[in-house]
This record gives sequence, C-alpha cells and structure tokens, in this order.
Amino acid sequence: MRRVYMDANATTPLLPEVFEAMRPYWTEHFGNASSIHLDGQQARTALDRARETIAEFFNCHEAEVVFNSGGTEGDNTAIFGLLRPGDHFITTAIEHSAVLQAASRVAQQGVHVTYVAPQPSGLIDPADIQAAILPETRLISVMLANNETGVLQPVEEIGKIAKTCGAFFHIDAVQGAGKVPFDVRRFGCHLASISAHKVHGPKGTGAMFVRRGTPVESLIVGGSHERRQRAGTENVPGIVGLAKAIELAMHSLEDGTIEQVAVLRDRLEAGILAIPGTGLNGMGLPQKMGAPGPAFGTWESTNPVPRVANTTNIYFDQLEGEALVIALDLKGVAVSGGSACHSGATEPSHVLMAMGLDKTRARASLRFSLLKTATQADVDQVLKIVPEAVQHLRALSPVAAGTLG
Amino acid sequence: MTEPTAIAVAMSGGVDSSTVAAMLAQTADAVVGLTLQLWDQTRLAGKDGIPDAPKAGRCCSLDDVYDARRVAEHLGIPYYVVNQQARFERDVVQPFVDEYLSGRTPIPCSLCNNHLKFDQLLQTARSIGASRIATGHYAVNEFDPARGRWILKRPADRAKDQTYFLFGLTQEQLSRTLFPLGRLTKPEVREIARSHGLALAEKPDSQEICFIPGGDYKQFLTAYLEEQGRQIPETAGELVASDGHVLGHHDGISNFTVGQRKGLGVSSPTPLYVLNIDAASHRVTVGADEELATRALRAHRLNWISIPELTAPTRVQIKIRHRHEPAWATLEPAGVGEVTATFDEPQRAVTPGQSAVFYDGDEVVGGGWIV
Repeated sequence: MRRVYMDANATTPLLPEVFEAMRPYWTEHFGNASSIHLDGQQARTALDRARETIAEFFNCHEAEVVFNSGGTEGDNTAIFGLLRPGDHFITTAIEHSAVLQAASRVAQQGVHVTYVAPQPSGLIDPADIQAAILPETRLISVMLANNETGVLQPVEEIGKIAKTCGAFFHIDAVQGAGKVPFDVRRFGCHLASISAHKVHGPKGTGAMFVRRGTPVESLIVGGSHERRQRAGTENVPGIVGLAKAIELAMHSLEDGTIEQVAVLRDRLEAGILAIPGTGLNGMGLPQKMGAPGPAFGTWESTNPVPRVANTTNIYFDQLEGEALVIALDLKGVAVSGGSACHSGATEPSHVLMAMGLDKTRARASLRFSLLKTATQADVDQVLKIVPEAVQHLRALSPVAAGTLG
Repeated sequence: MTEPTAIAVAMSGGVDSSTVAAMLAQTADAVVGLTLQLWDQTRLAGKDGIPDAPKAGRCCSLDDVYDARRVAEHLGIPYYVVNQQARFERDVVQPFVDEYLSGRTPIPCSLCNNHLKFDQLLQTARSIGASRIATGHYAVNEFDPARGRWILKRPADRAKDQTYFLFGLTQEQLSRTLFPLGRLTKPEVREIARSHGLALAEKPDSQEICFIPGGDYKQFLTAYLEEQGRQIPETAGELVASDGHVLGHHDGISNFTVGQRKGLGVSSPTPLYVLNIDAASHRVTVGADEELATRALRAHRLNWISIPELTAPTRVQIKIRHRHEPAWATLEPAGVGEVTATFDEPQRAVTPGQSAVFYDGDEVVGGGWIV
C-alpha cells in the first residue's frame, strides 16, 4: 500500500542530504569536541560550522547559540532557567505541553503564571499580553506557530511589549522554524527554541538562541560545554544534521518550495471542506475560496489569519476523530487528531478547546500537516480516501446517533 | 464500501486476549488490535488511602497497555488505543457509584460489557473497517439455524466461565463477536501463548474491578465523590434484627452488602449477616445465616438470548452471582419487562443490583438485574 504521510508537525524524515552530512560523524569523525587531539578538533570544527549556520538562521552571534536535545529542553530551559518564586510569567493557553507543564511546575513553586487565551481564530491578541503585564513580570513565552492550527502568532508585537516592560521574551519556534523567515533581532526575543526533527533533521537534537547577558541558569550541569550553558558531550552527528536541515530549510524559504506546499495545502483543504459538515479550525476562510457556508464555525471570523504553509486543521461533524485517524491509517494516510495521552489514546486538543471549540467538535477535528516534499499525488490520494472514510464513519457513528456527546 | 472482513481483537494486555490475537493473526485475513482506554489509573491515586502506583493486572494501567502493544508488535498486527474514558465514566463508573449509594451491590463488569466492550468497541471496529470483534472471554457463541438465533453457551473451562457477565449481549452483537477461547481450558490457552512466543504467557489473571486499585470500593466511593465535589449522602440508620428490634446504629448503607458478615458493629453469640438494605429508611436488617436464604427472586432490565421472549413458566437454572452454582428454578413472566423466579431450594443472599442469569444446561436463556 502506498502510504501518504501528512503528519509533518509531529515529525519529519531526514532528507537524504542531511543523512549524508551526518554520516561521517558516527564512525569516522567520532571525536569528542572537548578533546585536544586531532580527532577532537575535527568534531570541534563540525560544531563550529554548525553553530555558524544556526547563528545565520537566528540572525544572532555564534556565541548566542546553545545546542541541546530539542524543543522540549529549550522550552524547559527558558522557564526553569529564568523564573524564581515571586516572579510573574505570561504564556498562552495554546502552547506546547513542554511550556505548559513547565509552567504548572513553576506555579507550584511560587511563580505566578498567567495563561492568555487565544481569539477564536487561534490568534493571540498582543493587547491581551499587554493587559497581563505586572511589575513582577519576568518572562513572556509565546510560540511562533501553533502546532495544531499552524496559526502564526504576532511575536514581533509581543517582543515590543516585552521590551517596554523589561521582561524577557522566549519564542517556542519549534513549529515555525523553516516555515517562515526567522529573525531574533526583529522579533525582539531573548530566547528562542528550535528542534531538528521538525525540519527534516534528526530527533533528539535542537538549538536555542540565548541573547548575550540573559541570565538563564542551565538545566543540565556537569561540564563546561556550550559555554557552561548546557553540559554533556555534544551530539556531533545530530548537530551536524540540524545545521544541514536548517540550511536546506532556509533555501526552501527562498526557492519557492514553501509556496508550493501552500498551494498543495490549499487544494487539500478546499477538497476536504467540500465534504458536508466540515469546517476549518483556527481562522477565517482563505479569501480566494469565497464566502463561507454555515458549516464554517460558530464564530463570525472570516478574515484570514496568518499561518504556516503546511498545516490545516479541520473538524468533521458527526464523527469521532479518533476512529477517523485509525481508519485513515489503515488505508495508508497518516494524520493526527488531538494529542496522545500517556497510554497512547487520544485526548481532545487543548489548543482547539482554548479556542472555544466544544469537546465534541475538538474530538472530531483532524490536523493535516504536509511535508515540504509533499506531491500532487499525495493530495490526490488523500482527497480520494478521506471523503469515503468520512461517509463510512458517519453511517455508523454513535455521535451521529446522538448517544454520546 | 464493501462489507469489511477484518477482525478487531479487544486486547487488554492479559494472557487471554493476547492469545486470541495470536490465534487470529495466524488464521484471519486482517487483524487489528484495539485497547480501550477506560479509566485513568492515576486519577484518584493518593487520595483517601488509594494506592499511589497502580500495579499491573488492571485494565488501562500503563503496564497493561505496554504489554498489549508488545504482543501486537510481536505478531506484526496494527494496534491502537482508543479513548473511551468519558463513556466508561458515564455508563459504568457513575451507575456503579449510584447503585452503591442506593444500597445495592452493582457489577461493573456486566455494564462494561454491555456498554463498552460489545457496543462501543463494535462501533469503533466497524468504523475502522472491521466487521467483527474477538475477545478473550471464556464463552461459546454459535448460530442455531433451527431457532434462527445466536446462542451463548458456557465454555469448556467451567472455572473460567464468563457467561454470567455476557447475558446482556444482543443478537446483533453476538453475530459480530468471536470467542476463540470458548472451547479451550486456561492451561491450554497458556500453552498456546507459549507456543506463539508471547512473553506474558505466565502473567497472573486479573481479579479485581479494574478501576478500583486495591479493591477497596469504599475508599473509591469517597475519593470519587470528593473529586466530584459530592459527599457520600447521609444514610446512617438503624441496624435491626429480622423481628424489627433495634440492635444498634450504622454510619451509612453504602458500607453494606447483602450477605456481609464482617464490620456490622454489633456483637452476637451467633454470626450475623446483612439480610436487607432499605434505601428509603436507611434501615439495615441483619440475621442468622439461615435467614439469608430465600426462594423468590425478581429481575428486570432483561435480555433474552436463546429465546425471543419469555411467554410461559419455564424451568431454568439460575446463577445469582459470579461464583454461584446455578440452581433450579421456575421462571415466570411478571408484568412488563420483569420476571419472577421461584427456586426449588432456598438460595443464600439474593442480592439486589447483581445479575440473575438463566441457563438451560449449557445455554444462556437470558438474564436480568435483581430487583
């Protein structure tokens, strides 16, 4: 069975160029970058080159790049590394759980946390961030792009607010990186986190921008690696893979690849929205698609909200998203609905719930997120399989029968 | 879309359902493993003396999901965990709590079978393209062309007989369900598990109610109601002898179940047992062992399997709790949706809230809930 993978926001495969770039660093150039000898120096050189690429990506100084294990570590480092009891922390209700659960832990330790709710469109209103500012506000953390809806958040405006009130600003750029141009100077952030595996790099590797002079306490201690900001022998192959993936991502932003992904996404979206009883989560309708019908949500927003090119989040009334995800998987289409709980079962998305969807509709929502290597044939296949599966499920659905709300 | 032929196996992470998966993976065209996530075992952990870390051997514990997934991986079948926590709470846990609070002794496993395993699971299975489900229950079901009905029968391994919990299955559900272990004994099942290289072939059987870690239902009631912002209703009352004279007082009817001997809080030269719990007056009647015995039983919320309907007095054997040896009785229709039964010999502790399941030899005639 030909499989179509449309869950790029969960993870992406290594691009062949990334795989090739990493290859020598497993067996040939295996040295420890902290060692004096030639083997160590080869590893050190690879790290330095990678740091240069990542600094170019962030638009920062090389000394402001800290390699780590990925987005979760970056998010955790910003929060645990800056906040102390008595501080005030502003974040949003639609962040990744790497932020939300770190927030709930510091809250238990005496940090006052404000969770700013999104608009029904999925957008955070900078005015709501502004309104949450207190004299003790020490950190603001907002994501660049939401993983569920793809909605791009107004980080530039929020950066200005942070500057005015003297708070530190962290951007969780895990989902936005490689999909939109990124510039820590323009966004006015002190910290930013990215992850390699969301941009066709290896899992378990990421990087963080830490503006010079930002007093972040390191999460992991034990050595003087990464200017004492992150102990542990550097994952050289992983970091090389991250840099190659980021380099390719920067190219993709310039050579039209991302625009192509947007075209495919829009076609996919229009095709799925042609199924009765469906609607888009997280924004008004793209203008070219014309006037929305009654199926397009309970709120009045019809203005397009900026979002990344590869993501669409769609609800299917009268069915359970979990069953649809499984049915599609068995037919060779990989998508996601909600978030996996500890057992692997699906929980309704906290992002969609925060946007005001009720539990039933949140449970009936699916995220399609395209790889940048997606093709017309992928979209064709999904547009053939999804309507059939939806029709079949609705014929059997207990939600349709009204037995379960 | 054509009628799908795949079979969904309900996998709990135990030996029985794992063996079913292994047997079908070998013979069936397409097999999908499904685990129902019914209850978050950490939800009430640490409250009111409920153990912090649930052990394995209860459904939905992380260890059991892990075991089920490892079996599916070993067999090379697709496997998914399906979240049915909301429905389980609504259809099993809340009725369980309400039954106890009303002085009855509920059986959550039958409710779970009726509402989750053979209803929701079948629904999910069909949604994902499987027309039938298979479970690790010890029971036999087969179609009898003469009667035009699906028949549920006691299994080869009488010690593992689970038909008592399956009396609520409809004809439609029976027609879509496979019980591949019905003609096997537990030792044979473990042997098959070993022959398929299943690492959990020696895993002990689970015994207790899956959502009550530690098995203390009173702790569970208190913790659950507290979480819901409710309290156990004030049901303290009199403890009386069967002749009506007051022996003492009790703290609440939910502490009692018919037939209970321990924890009555009164001393007596001869052992005393709970005979009756009156939810309205909060009065708990106690008496001697002999007084527990009764010939009469009334049941409602009936389901018929081997017959379409009970229309005339019929001789059956009735099982009134899981470990009860079926006893001869005459069953009669009694008004709309009710039956009465008269046992040949008095039966001990006929307990409201439990099921009464009617047998004709090995066949399940039907069953209902004791009033």
